[in-house]
Amino acid sequence: MKRRGGQYLILQILSPAAAFLLALGVGAVIILALKENPVHIYTVMFRGGLGSVDGFGYALFSATPLILTGLAVAFAFRAGLFNIGGEGQLYIGAFLCAWAGFTLAGLPPLLLIPLCMLAAALGGALWGLVPGLLKARFGVHEVINTIMLNFVAMLATNFLVNRMFKEPDQMIPQTREIATTAWIPRLAPLARRLGIGLPDSNPLNYALLLSLIVAAAAYLILFRTRLGYEIRAVGQSPGAARYGGIRVGLILVLSMAISGSMAGLVGVNEVMGYRHRFLDGFSTGLGFTGIAVALLGRNHPLGVVLAAVLFGILNTGALEVDIFTDIPRELVMVLQAVIIICVVAGDMVFRRWAGRRMK
Amino acid sequence: MGDENELLLNMTGITKRFGPVVANDRADLSVRTGEVHAIVGENGAGKSTLMRVLYGLIRPDEGTIELRGRPVRITNPGMATRLGIGMVHQHFMLIDRLTVAENLVLGMEPRGRLGVLRPGRAERAVRELSTDLGFELEPDTPAGDLSVGARQRLEIMKVIYRGADLIVLDEPTAVLTPQESAELFRIMRRLRERGKTIIFITHKLSEVMELSDRVTVMRGGQVAGVMETAGLTPSRLAEMMVGRPVLEQLDKPPLEPGPVVLTVRDLAAADDSGAPRLRGISFQVRAGEIFGIAGVEGNGQRELVEVINGLRPAASGDIILEDRNLSGQSPRRIRDRSVAHIPEDRHGRGLLLDFTLWENAVLGLQHRRRFSRGWLRIGAMRGHAGRLVEAFDIRTPSIDIRARQLSGGNQQKLIVAREVEQDPRLLIAAQPTRGVDVGSVEFIHRQLLDLRARGKAILLVSADLEEILTLSDTVAVIFRGRIVGRFPAEEADERTLGLLMMGREENGDGSSDGAGRGNGAGSAATGEGS
Repeated sequence: MKRRGGQYLILQILSPAAAFLLALGVGAVIILALKENPVHIYTVMFRGGLGSVDGFGYALFSATPLILTGLAVAFAFRAGLFNIGGEGQLYIGAFLCAWAGFTLAGLPPLLLIPLCMLAAALGGALWGLVPGLLKARFGVHEVINTIMLNFVAMLATNFLVNRMFKEPDQMIPQTREIATTAWIPRLAPLARRLGIGLPDSNPLNYALLLSLIVAAAAYLILFRTRLGYEIRAVGQSPGAARYGGIRVGLILVLSMAISGSMAGLVGVNEVMGYRHRFLDGFSTGLGFTGIAVALLGRNHPLGVVLAAVLFGILNTGALEVDIFTDIPRELVMVLQAVIIICVVAGDMVFRRWAGRRMK
Repeated sequence: MGDENELLLNMTGITKRFGPVVANDRADLSVRTGEVHAIVGENGAGKSTLMRVLYGLIRPDEGTIELRGRPVRITNPGMATRLGIGMVHQHFMLIDRLTVAENLVLGMEPRGRLGVLRPGRAERAVRELSTDLGFELEPDTPAGDLSVGARQRLEIMKVIYRGADLIVLDEPTAVLTPQESAELFRIMRRLRERGKTIIFITHKLSEVMELSDRVTVMRGGQVAGVMETAGLTPSRLAEMMVGRPVLEQLDKPPLEPGPVVLTVRDLAAADDSGAPRLRGISFQVRAGEIFGIAGVEGNGQRELVEVINGLRPAASGDIILEDRNLSGQSPRRIRDRSVAHIPEDRHGRGLLLDFTLWENAVLGLQHRRRFSRGWLRIGAMRGHAGRLVEAFDIRTPSIDIRARQLSGGNQQKLIVAREVEQDPRLLIAAQPTRGVDVGSVEFIHRQLLDLRARGKAILLVSADLEEILTLSDTVAVIFRGRIVGRFPAEEADERTLGLLMMGREENGDGSSDGAGRGNGAGSAATGEGS
């Protein structure tokens, strides 16, 4: 039976890997249809994210918010909730983060940095809490509410930026810069000390470490605490959870809040580590891509990290493909979409096949 | 097909694997024309798998099927129907709003020219079959108004209407009262007289003895034996099923009941749709007493158990444990007052199927300091699970497998172990042995009697009369949300209980005082078409 556990694990890893290879195959067909050489295109693509330290740095930078939004989706999923609201949660988190960063400018970094992070987490938590409460109290489906709150968050931050907090004398719809004491440093100096040649221009920053810490925390909460036990119990069988004395409503609300706070922390990377201000509409669907990341990562924190890095590599490669070949970068987006479809559909096929082989 | 010993069906070497699980391992089944052939075996012995292969619901990995001497490949239920095989499932597939006649012809409605429906023909068919075989069904009763027994008769009628001459009944008596079972047996005998062949899956040895001509015993996916029923004893049969001798005698010493532990007073509650299900129910359970509640399912038992455990709000009434009022308390609070609960739905409530055994071993107790202080104390949880597995003989290769991977009997043992081990003042056991193999039933009964001997109060709710009668000190019958009879166990007999379960007052000897309570409305007739 121990062996079966091992097989189970192999399945968990093999199946997304097979889906990825299948997606590359589908992509190759598309590239061929465009009369290009798939090998060449793929070489360019993976060279972008994997060919240099700088490139990999960009891939990790791109992966950082996806780790967080992926964790947000995965965490809620463990409680049986489908959090489509990562996009809204990260906007609210990022805005509050920036707001704290320029409003509390007088505070010393040791106070200001944690406060800004807290603001980001709280903003996301609040935006997750609302659909959680509606679900627990009235049974309203969280998918509808999280989607609707995405619009509210995007338009509300748009309003706040343009009408109330816009940087003076600027055309760009963005807030003032946050205090330099709220900036979190880039990783380049640290990397250099470790003998890795990451150039100073690379935007990769300490938010990456934060996202990894959040991933570890998600794992510990889910699998090592009573709260996590109860969350997973609710996700698996609300009836059994109630039987086990678990307050299902409370767990739903908490799970959504925690999930939202993870998405909210995207603001740390965006605002404190990179742009140093809130830019209206900065997220290009990070919250939604998080759903794909969680799916590919099998809703496990470690899987989410790996899937996010893969997506980061693809994103970085997309740029290279755009610049150095005649294939539009959208192809990489197509590839990402095909991966997701392959994961969902191919997974079942592969499992059945593997299950039959391994008996 | 007149010859007595002519083989109608011959399945040979049927093997079916589900992943690493071998559900059927080279199983053979041969059924003679015109016989009643029982298939018995523990849960997970492969009976249902074999029948699903026969009915074309699943395809075997190996093996052949011969029907009337000719090899056949049955790939779907439609094909099975065309070959004259009919199956009556445990869960009825009727449409409540349609009438008996409409349900009968559903999917093959008789049409005249231009495709116009001819409802008259369906009604005539109901009447003919009804008088011919004693089904006692009226064509224009809506299926929703039928009693459980009548619904089952309608299912059988459907199968016959579709031309089946080999009828498979999957645990048909599981949901019936003794009277309804007797009725079913009459029909089965009549079908046999008309030359129909019946395969009959059951757990209950007495039914095998009473009804079947031959019996195939299955164990662990294999056929453990095929025998003529005549000359067989129940204990020999049980032994073959379990693979070891089964002690049928339970040790139940007389006990002087102690003080009252649970008092339920005028309790009323509604079901999920808001319809009243408990209409003022009152009783007491004493320490050292097993209080059995008998009744046909759906008469308020589920609601009663859920209300006592805090899983469902009461509309009115009180639940008092010793001297504390439990009404309106949360499930956790109630559990912390030393009330344990074996729920009737072990998959939906009692277990988290994708959790490991060690995680399941603390469900409901996860908040106790023993098992968590914010962080889970995984060592303590695993140790606890290990002890349960050991002490309660739960057959598992490891405590790290998922509850889903255990057999039904072992799943139930895990729940019983978890609940009994808490040493509760009150145990509520709802259908504690439903769908559980003979060996585990015996074990679970022993555990309940052990608790009783230790002076605990036990509320036993079961649709299985035999179980109620074997274990209880006091027997009460629930019908439509009321207690319609209450007896000391010695004075209760199956016939009286069965009648009360159907809401009829006992006729004939009125030897017991049981029907004295609340019988007025209780005796309203069921909507059975007759």
